[in-house]
Amino acid sequence: MNTSTTDAQQAVCEPMMTGSQALLESFLIEGVDTLFGYPGGAIIPVYDALYDYRDRLRHILVRHEQGAVHAAQGYARVSGRVGVCMVTSGPGATNTVTGLADALMDSTPLVLITGQVGSELLGTDAFQETNFVGITQAVTKWNCQVKRTEDIPAAIAKAFYVARSGRPGPVVVDITKDAQCGVAPFRYEKIVSIRSYVPVPQPDPKSIEEAVRLIDEAQRPLVMVGQGVILGNAEAELKSFLEKSGMPVASTLLGLSAVPTDSPQYVGMLGMHGNYGPNIKNRECDLLIAVGMRFDDRVTGNPAHFGENAKVIHLEIDPAEIGKIIPADVPVAGDVRETLPLLTQRIRSREHRAWTAEFRDCDRIERERVFRPALHPAGGRIHMGEAVDAVARAYGNDAVVVTDVGQQQMFAARYFGFRRTRSLVTSGGLGTMGFGLPAAIGAKLGAPDREVVLFVGDGGLQMTIQELGTIYQSQVPVKIVLLNNSFLGMVRQWQELFYDSRYSFTELVNPDFGLIARANGIGYRRIEAREELAAAVAEMKAAKGAYLLEVCAESQENVFPMVPAGAPVAEIRLE
Amino acid sequence: MDMEQEYIITVFSENKVGLLSQITTVFTCRNVNIESLTTSESALKGIHKFTIVVRTSPETVEKVVRQVEKKIDVLKTFVYRPDEVVQQEIALYKVTRSSSVEQLVRKHNVRILEIDTDYIVVEKTGHKSETQELFRLLQPYGVQQFVRSGTVAVIKSRRELLNEYLEELEKMRQNQEQTLQAI
Ligand SMILES: Cc1ncc(C[n+]2csc(CCOP(=O)(O)OP(=O)(O)O)c2C)c(N)n1
Ligand SMILES: [Mg+2]
Repeated sequence: MNTSTTDAQQAVCEPMMTGSQALLESFLIEGVDTLFGYPGGAIIPVYDALYDYRDRLRHILVRHEQGAVHAAQGYARVSGRVGVCMVTSGPGATNTVTGLADALMDSTPLVLITGQVGSELLGTDAFQETNFVGITQAVTKWNCQVKRTEDIPAAIAKAFYVARSGRPGPVVVDITKDAQCGVAPFRYEKIVSIRSYVPVPQPDPKSIEEAVRLIDEAQRPLVMVGQGVILGNAEAELKSFLEKSGMPVASTLLGLSAVPTDSPQYVGMLGMHGNYGPNIKNRECDLLIAVGMRFDDRVTGNPAHFGENAKVIHLEIDPAEIGKIIPADVPVAGDVRETLPLLTQRIRSREHRAWTAEFRDCDRIERERVFRPALHPAGGRIHMGEAVDAVARAYGNDAVVVTDVGQQQMFAARYFGFRRTRSLVTSGGLGTMGFGLPAAIGAKLGAPDREVVLFVGDGGLQMTIQELGTIYQSQVPVKIVLLNNSFLGMVRQWQELFYDSRYSFTELVNPDFGLIARANGIGYRRIEAREELAAAVAEMKAAKGAYLLEVCAESQENVFPMVPAGAPVAEIRLE
Repeated sequence: MDMEQEYIITVFSENKVGLLSQITTVFTCRNVNIESLTTSESALKGIHKFTIVVRTSPETVEKVVRQVEKKIDVLKTFVYRPDEVVQQEIALYKVTRSSSVEQLVRKHNVRILEIDTDYIVVEKTGHKSETQELFRLLQPYGVQQFVRSGTVAVIKSRRELLNEYLEELEKMRQNQEQTLQAI
């Protein structure tokens, strides 16, 4: 008797359901509203369950699993939420590896669910079996395999917790088909801590004191902002710190838009194709304050010479990054949203007018020698910088800019100009061609109220061009600016500068992109003359649906300034 | 370049499938050769212990250890110099039987595990240099098989660092919960 009442009670609070339903219920509890995926044999049970959840979970059917991951990345990067994707075993799973590697490098919170063959078949080379947990060990923050229905909720809870906490990253949960089909009571407990995992380290109080002392003494300091500020939602805390410290501030590629480009203290982008000032003055700095960044070699050039006359304060959530490349004189472990105010409260209020003015002198040099030829070329074909500038004007510098990889990426990063945070989605650490188009789809879905503009090259577009089909089917109004230079431009640039202009397999003979756009029901215009640029951009902006604007761009253009690979950043070249 | 030195690294982790290869990959990625590796349960229930011996520079060992600690299922990592631990390895030798061999092994403080008409099997526990030395001495008599385990080590310090760490974690968690409740 007694047992039956307990059973009945249990049925109320722990309803019986299949593993597939449990997975989808878990998604709902974690606040998921959008999934990017592609079905197949080992994940069919989940897709079958999803049929009944279509009113609560929006599923975007991509055209290739790599696209699912990049789309989820775009979604996560603009919204700050965890991107979710779902694919089948074997080839479906292996197609996601590039996206996972990209998300790990760029700290993007993702949960990828992969179907797996039935647990009785594991290890038998069954049809579409791959050891996906083994394959993705090097490209995930954490992964696991689930072989029992009753373990699904706990695995999903841990996956979301790991993906979004601390330094975010991609997580894979590989679920065998029998676990998807089995039935078990559903109970979900959100995870708030894991014994073996400290997501946010605490700063040593002594290092706060020491950092304050260095900041108060510095004569020629530079703040260097990375994506950690955006991931930590610490833009306001950074602003207060900058206002009180009065220091000039530069940004990494992934940190762009955390500080508005027109902010009086902002002195530009760091790195290989960054601005002149923050690179050339690197040697003169006596203090570098790195905020949520990891000293990528594209930022440091030769690390032995980076900040060689400066003390370094490193604010960073991931202890493994502190001292990895550039030794930190004062490590400040922790979430920058918590550590920045600790500094702001304690430092003296200062202005660094004369020092900041020196950066403005560098700006003038860069404007004269780089901006002018890039934005107002003497003639010839449209230059990429001009096109980016025209789009930026049309949108009043307020759009989510998504880029692919190559010259067009660097021109977009250099010349767009940002007003609001989370306005640039680009593949930084991995530099993945083909990232742009699917990421733009995800970005639009993650930020429906914002305009999303993709800058993409003719090479990169063709790496994931099938996602135009996703745009067509799901009616995603992204605006695509194809900067077509008929070359793998960035590689061509290296061949010109470092390989004696031997253009070995970098020229592209391209298809008719207009036909492809029209075949996918996408608005299209192609322009060759710079006189048409403004009107064409206006037309693109006004279009209700997706639009592809093909700009026939100069093929021999180079991105400058440039720090040659491996050189000290102060050896930056203007032309 | 810094001088390479010997380090004994102990890694405490949850007992998770596949963690061993994740940990060794961190070393191989950075081109650090693992001299020996053993894994076992630790004194604390459910917590696994890896003992890894490497030769590398002080900077590298520090960086590698932080990458190991970054693994979600790794609890804590400690790095020791040889003089901070008591370490032992065990070696087994299968040697052709002869009276001179028997005399030799008796002098060397070994355990005889098996005596056959043709061979004897002996065990020696000690530091690598000692087991290696015995191997050298036995070689002229015909060593048919020789095998040596990885290093196992316990720390000399009076403090039990892992226990302290776990207590610290528990305090942190309670603090966090209190602040959460306060909010
Ligand atoms: C998947 C991948 N393959 C190769 C590269 C190397 N790569 C970097 S930039 C580039 C050229 C990109 O050409 P395109 O997309 O036309 O852009 P452009 O530089 O011309 O603007 C190449 C091949 C890469 N980053 N990613
Ligand atoms: Mg190109």
